[in-house]
This record gives sequence, structure tokens and C-alpha cells, in this order.
Amino acid sequence: MPSEPEKIAPSTEPSPSSESTAPSPLVAALQHEHPQWISEVINAFGETTIVVPREHIVEACSFLKTSPESRFDFLADICGADRGPEEEPRFEVNYHLFSTTKYHRIRLKVLLNEDDVHVPTVTSVWRTANWHERETFDMYGVIFDGHPDLRRILLPDDWQGHALRKDFPLRGYEPYSLK
Amino acid sequence: MSSATIPPQFEIVDRPLDTQMTISMGPQHPSTHGVLRLELVLDGELVVKATPDIGYLHTGMEKLFEYKKYQQGIVITDRMDYLNPLGNNLAYVMAAEKLLGLEIPERALTIRVLMCELQRIASHLVWLGTHALDIGAMTVFFYCFREREKILNLIEAASGGRLTPSYFRIGGLMMDLPAGFENRCKQFLNDFPQAVEEFHKLLTGNKIFQRRTQGIGRISAEDAIDWGLSGPCLRGSGVNLDIRRANPYSSYEQYDFEVPTEPDGDVWARYMVRMRELKESHKISVQALSRLQPGPVKADAPKVVLPDREAMKSHMDALIHHFLIVTEGFDVPAGEVYLPIEASKGELGVYMKSDGGAKPNRVHVRGPSFVNLSVLPVMSEGEMVADIVAIIGSLDIVLGEIDR
Repeated sequence: MPSEPEKIAPSTEPSPSSESTAPSPLVAALQHEHPQWISEVINAFGETTIVVPREHIVEACSFLKTSPESRFDFLADICGADRGPEEEPRFEVNYHLFSTTKYHRIRLKVLLNEDDVHVPTVTSVWRTANWHERETFDMYGVIFDGHPDLRRILLPDDWQGHALRKDFPLRGYEPYSLK
Repeated sequence: MSSATIPPQFEIVDRPLDTQMTISMGPQHPSTHGVLRLELVLDGELVVKATPDIGYLHTGMEKLFEYKKYQQGIVITDRMDYLNPLGNNLAYVMAAEKLLGLEIPERALTIRVLMCELQRIASHLVWLGTHALDIGAMTVFFYCFREREKILNLIEAASGGRLTPSYFRIGGLMMDLPAGFENRCKQFLNDFPQAVEEFHKLLTGNKIFQRRTQGIGRISAEDAIDWGLSGPCLRGSGVNLDIRRANPYSSYEQYDFEVPTEPDGDVWARYMVRMRELKESHKISVQALSRLQPGPVKADAPKVVLPDREAMKSHMDALIHHFLIVTEGFDVPAGEVYLPIEASKGELGVYMKSDGGAKPNRVHVRGPSFVNLSVLPVMSEGEMVADIVAIIGSLDIVLGEIDR
């Protein structure tokens, strides 16, 4: 840690972290009610991450959306991440949820092995997931099962490979060809 | 080349004209605000289906972030939403600061608020000018760009750049405000309310403008939330949500401002929300300017923040730190954060993941324009072709951010 936190200025970096994340009772209740949905809970930097097995992601999302304590009615973002070709599980899909009434946030994470990059779509829960999932598919090749329109979105339809994977080169023509 | 390689959307569909027609709007259509292509299925002049086709401006920024040190990524963010570069800077540097656990001095926070609100005004002015121009009112454009010019001059005075300021740095600001800035800013803020009145006189009471916008492109509050709309588009549907209020950052909780909402959810409502936001941003800017107290603008973290030039010439350790930051960068603790801010177009979120090194492992940007554009098919179904132009204008999209 290069920073020296000796300056105690009043109310600098207020408490977005403590306010914005989901309250821990919520996670505890979820853990109690549906322990099979949670493989790990990470609390770091004032944010809560729940690692969800992929077969439960749709159930977990619709539960969090509708349950009165959580009310995560707003899907802020879905993004993929690649831990590197040597890692297993290699891919992550992160769901950033937000509540427009309670103002808290939570991150759900699904881990995927390289040889089986399938995850159920959450477009039935939030329709905004459509383009986010298309982008994740485009960049990482993650297949969202049941997605209504899973096409590439930013890169051309005939692009070879998935550009944000760690083994895709930054420069040089890993070929863009019309063949 | 065989015919099988032609992607399906370019295939010629043979259909008689009396049923439906598919036309391509853009990517060079002036009212698509950049390079957006819409595939419109029309029944006469009614839109049956609109499918946005994006990616023409894709520049691989998220890939590039992974190959640049943390401090080098800031200049990339300028080029995402090029109408609101300071907002992009802020989201990026605050994500890095959250990972580093830095405390930012009071003065730097206040200047960040001031500059962001000025930038929000500038961004809304471009929206207003081009939106009115699309609908056919040309004069507003010149009035808006006249005011925007003054803001760009202020930003240039502070940072040296007009469109690509990169003014916010990890741990604070690039440098303090120049001498005389406060007076120039005060003068602009004194004149600005009158300019807003001028815009209202030019446009708000205009019958043609009202008829072109009222009741067009409606979306209900539930649909807006379900589709992930944010910013003025969401507030135009009557949802009182502003990240500056919901998850305050950069000392926004100390400012007194209203969150304007309009219930109707049409183009007119989104217009009125942004017009009222101009005044709110002005209000916040005035407060921020009056709060400015002398003090440091960089965090006390010598291994992250570049030292002052003078210190570098006189202190050995400052020179060493400067050398190390520039050549090797600084290590950021491993972890991941998602940092949302209220940009001029909605929720701008930066997801940053560090593996402990000097370069991020993954940076993802949740662009508000990207999500707002995905709602276009819903809004435009059943509208006339000419109204598509009004709806695109009311969404206030910037393709640089959508395609990244």
C-alpha cells in the first residue's frame, strides 16, 4: 500500500462504500435461506461480491430483484473478465445490481471453465441484460443460453476470435478476413 | 468469394413495396450523432421495427487499458464520451483511488465537483443545440455553442486541453487552478442564467417544437428501470434517481441541489429534465466556487502522485519517486471495484480489477449511452420515421462511449 492514510480530512471520500453496498444481514439471510446459491462471499473495498454457481444465477437474480429486503430492480452492468489462459476456472461474468429504492449495490459473479463457457441468460429478469450479454459474448465468447438475439455487437459478424481474451493479441493482424 | 459469406443483414430481401420496406438510416446520417446505423422496417411511414447497429467507432479501449499503466489510462477515458471527458476521468481515477485507498484533499474534491458540473453544462449544451437542430430549429445551436465555448475556455485554462483535458489524476488533480480562474468562472456563472432564459425563449414556447416532442417516444417508469435507463432519460420517466444523491461521491452530499423529474416519459419530458438540470448544475457550480479554500490538490501519497516540479529539482526522494512512477508505475492492491458516477448522460460505471501490478487486469466501462441506446427499439416502435430523429436526440447518445 503506497498510500499513507494519516490525513484525516473530514468527510473526504465520504462513505459511498458503506452506503452503496448491500447490507450484510441481506447476505446472511440469503446464505441461510438458499445456501446452495452461494459458493463464496467476498467483502472487499466496501463492496460485496457473491459467487453464484451458474445453474442458480437466474433464480438468484430474480430472487434478489423481487425480495422486499433487497429490491435489486436495476441491472447496472454485466461484464466478463478473463483470468488468463492458465487459470481454471478461466472466465468470470460479473453482474452489478443496484436498487433504485434502497440505493444499495451488490456484485454477483459466475465462474466458468474454458471448455464450457455457457451461462443461462438473465434477459428474462431484466431486459437490459440483452446488450450487456451480447457484448460479453462478443468480447469473451461466453455463450448465454436462451438469449433471444445472441450476435456480436461491437465487432463485425465475421470477426475471428474474441478480442478481450488474454491470449488475443493487442496489435498485429490476428486476421480480420472476409473468407 | 462465395455468396454464403454475405452476412444476413446485407442480404437483399425481395418484397413488394406495398407491404414493408427495410431501409438503412446511417451510419453517415447527420442526425444519428456520429456513426450509428439503424435498420428500420417501415410500413409506409410508420416504424415497425428499429434495430441499432453499432460498433463503427470501436477502438478497443478496454483492451488498451490492460496494456497501459494506471495513470496512462486516464487519457484513454477522455476519448470515450468526448462531450463529458471530465466525468470519464473522474470515474476512472476514483475507481483506482478506491483500490489504493487514497484520501483526496478537500480542495481537490471541490474543484472536481466544480469542473464536472461545468462539463455537464457543456455536454447538455451540445445536446440542446443538436437536438433542436435535428428537429429543425437552427438558431439554438449557435446560442448553445457560444456558451459552450466559454466553458471550454475555462477548462482549457485549468488543464490545457479543451476536449481532452485529462485534468483529474489518481490522487488529485493535474495541477491547481490558474490565477484568475475564479474570477473568470464567476463571470461565466453570473451570465449563464440569462443564457438559459434565452434558450427557453427560443425553443420551449415554440409550437412546432412542442408538437414534435410531446407524446413521442414514451417509456413508462417500470420499463425504464427494467431497460436500465439512467440519468436524464430515467428522470424523464418520473423516477427520482441521481447517483450524486443515491451513492454520493466526491463530497456531493454537501451540496444543495434538486433532482428534476418529469412524469411523462416522452421526448418533451427528457428535454425539460435536461433544461432544469442546466440550472441545477449552475447552482452546484456556484456553491463549489464559494467553497474553494486554499489547500493542497494532491493526496499525500508520494509513491502514487507525481511530485511538484520544484520539489523534484531540490529533493532527492521526490526525484526518485518521479522516476519510478514514470518508468515503472505504481502497484495497486489486488481486488475489484465498481464505481458508478452520475455523468451527464446517466450512470457511468467503471469496473476495475487489479491483480496487484502496475497495470489493471481488466477495466470495463458501463457507458450510459450504450444502455440508453438499447432502448431505442422500444421507444420508436409505432412512431413515424421523422420522430426517430427526435427520439435519438432525446436519448443524448455519444457513439464514442457506446463503441469504446
